[in-house]
Amino acid sequence: MSETRFKTLRDTPLEDYLTPGSPLCAGCGGQLGLRIFHKVLGRNVVFVNAAGCLTLMFVYPYAPLRSSWMYTAFASAPAGAQGIRDALDILLAKHRIEPDEDLKVVVVTGDGAAYDIGLQATSGAIQRGLDFYYFVYDNEAYGNTGFQWSSATPVGSSTTTTPSSRFSPAGSLAEKKDLFEIWRAHKPPYVATVSVAHAVDMMRKIERSMGMRGPKLFIALAPCPTGWGFDPSEAIRIAKLAVETGVWPLKEAINGETRHTYIPRALRPVEEYLKTQARFAHLFKPKKQQEIINMIQERVNEYWLRVAEAEGITIKLATEVK
Amino acid sequence: MRHKAVMLTGNAAAAWGARLARAEYIPAYPITPQTEIIETLTKWIQEGEMDAKLVQLESEHSMLTAAGTASLTGVRVFTATSSQGLLYGFEMLYNIAGWRAPLVLVNVSRALAAPISLEPDHNDVLAARDSGFIQLHAETCQEVLDFILLAYRVAEDRRVMLPAIVNMDGFYLSFTREPVKIREQDLVDEFLPHYSAVNPFRASRHVAKGSAVVGGHIYSYFKYHMHEALRRAHDVFIEAARSFSRKFGELYHPVSGYMLDDAEYVLVMSNSFATLGKHVVKLMRQRGVPAGLLKISMIRPFPAEEIANSLKGRKAVAVFDQNISLGLGGIIYNEVLGALYGCPKRPEIVLSVIGGVGGKWLSVEEMEKIFDELKRLERSGITKPRPLFLFRRDELTHIERVLKLAGTIEVSHHE
Repeated sequence: MSETRFKTLRDTPLEDYLTPGSPLCAGCGGQLGLRIFHKVLGRNVVFVNAAGCLTLMFVYPYAPLRSSWMYTAFASAPAGAQGIRDALDILLAKHRIEPDEDLKVVVVTGDGAAYDIGLQATSGAIQRGLDFYYFVYDNEAYGNTGFQWSSATPVGSSTTTTPSSRFSPAGSLAEKKDLFEIWRAHKPPYVATVSVAHAVDMMRKIERSMGMRGPKLFIALAPCPTGWGFDPSEAIRIAKLAVETGVWPLKEAINGETRHTYIPRALRPVEEYLKTQARFAHLFKPKKQQEIINMIQERVNEYWLRVAEAEGITIKLATEVK
Repeated sequence: MRHKAVMLTGNAAAAWGARLARAEYIPAYPITPQTEIIETLTKWIQEGEMDAKLVQLESEHSMLTAAGTASLTGVRVFTATSSQGLLYGFEMLYNIAGWRAPLVLVNVSRALAAPISLEPDHNDVLAARDSGFIQLHAETCQEVLDFILLAYRVAEDRRVMLPAIVNMDGFYLSFTREPVKIREQDLVDEFLPHYSAVNPFRASRHVAKGSAVVGGHIYSYFKYHMHEALRRAHDVFIEAARSFSRKFGELYHPVSGYMLDDAEYVLVMSNSFATLGKHVVKLMRQRGVPAGLLKISMIRPFPAEEIANSLKGRKAVAVFDQNISLGLGGIIYNEVLGALYGCPKRPEIVLSVIGGVGGKWLSVEEMEKIFDELKRLERSGITKPRPLFLFRRDELTHIERVLKLAGTIEVSHHE
């Protein structure tokens, strides 16, 4: 890999574009992710937002970011980015604005917009080769409306629309949609998963993508204290556990070629991650649902065995594979 | 004028409107009967005759989103859609208006599914009447072109800063060739100054647009502002129309009369069927009936005062709606009634007529029936007439015949 500005956490840029007084929840993984993203991209950014938690950062007449913001609608933030990018390009080409007036156009949405209602608009924007960034804060449900199921919700999570009940003890049984692969299939120059607990990995990825023209796409697992049910002080620990258990792999795909950027030496059992959050509490009490926990573990094992084979690495799984 | 008229379809006239206005950005999505507009613009751009960027998006919802944000960034935006497309992007109409993005959207009217159809009526465009868009409805292909130029001028005026819809009927205008004067570019350039956006996105000046509001009073504050701006668009239009007429000859009005001065029986219409209405008014005049027609070109802001002034003192009025608000009736009829209430010497008889829904052809006999009905009402002294729904016996017979042909055993009607 080429030279990087980011070798340790000490290399985190000091400039902060998030001002004090943001109205979001304490411990919000989404906001932390956005903050890191912004630090690396710098100040000349226009964020294009779809309906979600982060929409409430900008409540008229207040603005907690030292950059520009365009709220569009739930389904069409990437199209909003298209309009701004195209207009800036037209103005630049006609010399109606100076080159230093240009902005990086960054879509920022939650998983509901990215995985569900805005997937079509994103597919279109990627396919058209739009020069933009997309930062998804994935908290695996519709958090802003009170934590309803989304297609990003993982197996075993209870949400307000997939509660654990007598008829469905496990909560959601649907597989989490693999947005990374859906996006990768469009062959964008850059797509990556990131974690707020691995800021250096994240900063390097943003840095790497900045030299590329076209869609640069990031999915951040965003721990959500209110939706997932944990104390705000635990957000980073939980994000880290998601990576260390192998639930949230850190990877990137450059022009469609996937590479994992962080390989845990030995995966920790998924149970350690699941136990930290109220959304999985029904898997442990009143009666432990071992078969669901095993199922989640097996999916993780299968994933990493495929990775080990594809990338020629060795990995120590948390449990024996039957 | 310097140029002679050429034969153009409504769609070609719309494309010429965008070209003469020097629209720089055209987000597009195909839909019948609008497609010829974006094909024509594409051809010109590809051949270097028009300096613009056309981007085909993956839906009208995205198309309108991109149109709005590009307008806010500082380029002149043109786009076009129709019917299902307008409804698919409907959420964005309210957003674009709220963003105060002064783009121009041509809607080629087409009836709404279900049942799915290609032919025109105005339920599509009138569904957008509360969105904050200026709405100009064209009767002719010339008006399509001219209204686009006027729409930009009014929309981009700092006293207004709201988007505009120019409406034309699918098929009857979109695919019908009429003589159209293609306005001279240098005069259009004088008429339509460069667009400059309010606080566009730039590195040197950070702005937030479309922010959420918390508290109904802040929402109300914005809506009152938009309402006042849209009302101002009326006077700005009058001003722009005068300037237009000095350059190009034609003087446009929010409402205009045909044989109206001494008319006792007045037909209120809009869009392309107004031409048919004028023809029938002429026929009625030949038969000695003092008929006249009032055409409404500006649907939003609604020119209530001019309508009331034009209709006061008439014996009887019929408001023709090529739309139907199911469960209520004609949309424009109800708006005209609202304009008349409180007006001294308002006509006692105001008949609602619904016709041409789904592009149903209107025969001269059907149009004559309207005047017969007005005279009948006047004689009988009925002041609260029932709506007149134009539908011919032979059309019903045709439906019965095709149902029989398709093998339907029995035809039942709930009259």
